[in-house]
Amino acid sequence: MPVSTENMVKVFERPNSLNESQFSYCPGCHHGVVTRIVAQTIDELEIRERTVLVAPVGCSVSMYQWFRCDGTQASHGRACAVATGLKRVNPNLIVFTYQGDGDLAAIGTAESIHAANRGENITVIFINNQIYGMTGGQMAPTTLLGQWATSCPDGREGSLAGYPLRFAEMVAQLEAPVYVTRQSVYDQKRIMATTRAIMKAFRYQVEGKGYALVEVLTNCPTNWKMGPVEANRRLADEVVKTFPLGDLVDRGQSG
Amino acid sequence: MGADTIDKVLMTGNEAMAEAGIRAGCRAYFGYPITPQNELLEYMSAHMPQAGGAFIQAESEIAAINMCYGASAAGVRTMTSSSSPGISLKMEGISYIAGADLPCVIVNVVRGGPGLGNIAPAQGDYFQATKGGGHGDYRMIVLGPSTIPEATEHVMLAFELADKYRGPVMILADGMLGQMMEPVVLPKPVDPATLPAKPWALTGAKGREPNIVTSFYLDPEELNMMDVKRESRYRQIEEQEVRYEEHETADATVVIAAYGSVARIARTVVKMARGEGIKLGLLRPISLWPFPYAPLRAIADRVDAILTVEMNAGQMVEDVRLAVAERAQTPFYGVLGGLVPTPKDILREVKRYAG
Amino acid sequence: MPRGAIIVDKERCKGCGLCLVFCPQDVLAFSGEHNRSSYDVVCMKHPEQCTGCGFCAQTCPDIAIEVYRQKKPKDGS
Repeated sequence: MPVSTENMVKVFERPNSLNESQFSYCPGCHHGVVTRIVAQTIDELEIRERTVLVAPVGCSVSMYQWFRCDGTQASHGRACAVATGLKRVNPNLIVFTYQGDGDLAAIGTAESIHAANRGENITVIFINNQIYGMTGGQMAPTTLLGQWATSCPDGREGSLAGYPLRFAEMVAQLEAPVYVTRQSVYDQKRIMATTRAIMKAFRYQVEGKGYALVEVLTNCPTNWKMGPVEANRRLADEVVKTFPLGDLVDRGQSG
Repeated sequence: MGADTIDKVLMTGNEAMAEAGIRAGCRAYFGYPITPQNELLEYMSAHMPQAGGAFIQAESEIAAINMCYGASAAGVRTMTSSSSPGISLKMEGISYIAGADLPCVIVNVVRGGPGLGNIAPAQGDYFQATKGGGHGDYRMIVLGPSTIPEATEHVMLAFELADKYRGPVMILADGMLGQMMEPVVLPKPVDPATLPAKPWALTGAKGREPNIVTSFYLDPEELNMMDVKRESRYRQIEEQEVRYEEHETADATVVIAAYGSVARIARTVVKMARGEGIKLGLLRPISLWPFPYAPLRAIADRVDAILTVEMNAGQMVEDVRLAVAERAQTPFYGVLGGLVPTPKDILREVKRYAG
Repeated sequence: MPRGAIIVDKERCKGCGLCLVFCPQDVLAFSGEHNRSSYDVVCMKHPEQCTGCGFCAQTCPDIAIEVYRQKKPKDGS
């Protein structure tokens, strides 16, 4: 039966910063939620025409195909260096990277940390799903202790494979970053909090305040081998114990 | 200081290449300290901000080349420099720059290798530079200056070629060229505002469709199309950008093939040999890719031997042999370890094939 | 008269079911109808209960849902 929207107003629609193409993500994947929030933020700040996105290597490697803004794709881990180059030669651009845990916190640790330490006026969206999605479920630097992955078949053992890397906490030790936060999108409340955090991170860049990192705890139903609903529950019940949510640094309020 | 106003100055090769970069309109330099190219980085740290450009001492050579990727994608003339081990680190980034069709100038002040090797001049990176040190099917224009004035000209040329063909261009210098001082007449500065437009650059999708800079094409047909398109540019480069110099080759019975600092030494050898009645000439490849195969082939038809001299175990000699085939003898003389051959050493080798 | 309504873009829906769980009014259900990608797409089982809160759309990873709300009396003519 067709739904009648007579006498109604549209209150939620596809962000204008996205084109019509469909996301290539798996069903239930939180990448889509965060990507939508980023696009909506770009809309609300009216910065689409000066935004350049830097795609990583991983599931979001070709995310520039969905946006109606300029975009590029960085070699594995180097998104923050590429973003630095873009922003330094054209400070009028709004530059953001969108990187997974392997890209940002394993192979790209040096570039990620040093861009933060220089206080580059960029926005870094960090998708922490505790696994390598694109390559088929290998261990990530953020994989929880005991968590199964295809490259730690007996579960992650700290003494052999290291411990879940708390990247936001590492960056929060630095003097330059203006905003460092960890959020999630496993329920409505968290989605709204993430929306506010991403808005703040971009707004600080627009205001010239400097580097912001928004880490978002997300799911990977496919490689966690569980349904989307169960994966959301795992985030809320287990993952947040290792990766507590909330703002770590906010130096952008005054001035 | 007066490099902006005084045109003839005494400078180290590293400083001269840096100043030439700025005069070529380069407004983004990213680098990392490594001997023997440090003076280039240091010069840029002082002068690039004055020119209104971006300078960052990056956390690594990897970061530096990827900053170049970003700055070049934004449409700005971009440069980095390093020395052998650091260039190895940049190779992945160079492949991406080639794959994304981005202009970028890379200076390699080559030192002894492999591994950490040493900081003395060498030519052991010829293969890496000319045969694709990074992954995938790509080519890079490689210029091999033999004097500091030529190195400054090459920097200017490198930026032009990088923009024209949209790809990485390398200056393959060495520790000697980087460190020594020579009088240089500096080239006239290019006004960045007069450079050709880059409609593909990432400047914000205002009033146009979004621009995308990427080397990623999941569909094999699409990647094939991009690769074939780039290959046709490479064929054009091979036709139009071969550069070399012939010296006393007209009546020569033996010709030395050498590039860079070795070619400079070889000129002295030619003089010494001629003094002893030996008809020695020199063919100096200036563009190492595209390599001057045809001129070498032409010379091979009229001489007894082409002696390749390099500061390595024999790298360019493979290209010389490819050009010459069986038309003449193609002996090789090389010194390793960061040693520099003396004119006497080379003349002794020449005499084995002369007369 | 329902306070809200949604329109599901059937070709965008991947049938993940997150919206069903997030809907506070139990409006949504799988339709049993499969789209071109073979996903069982979501529909409004109880459209009369929809308040137009938008939770479903916020949580949808594929932006397959548009949300409508009744005009408030002051908005209307």
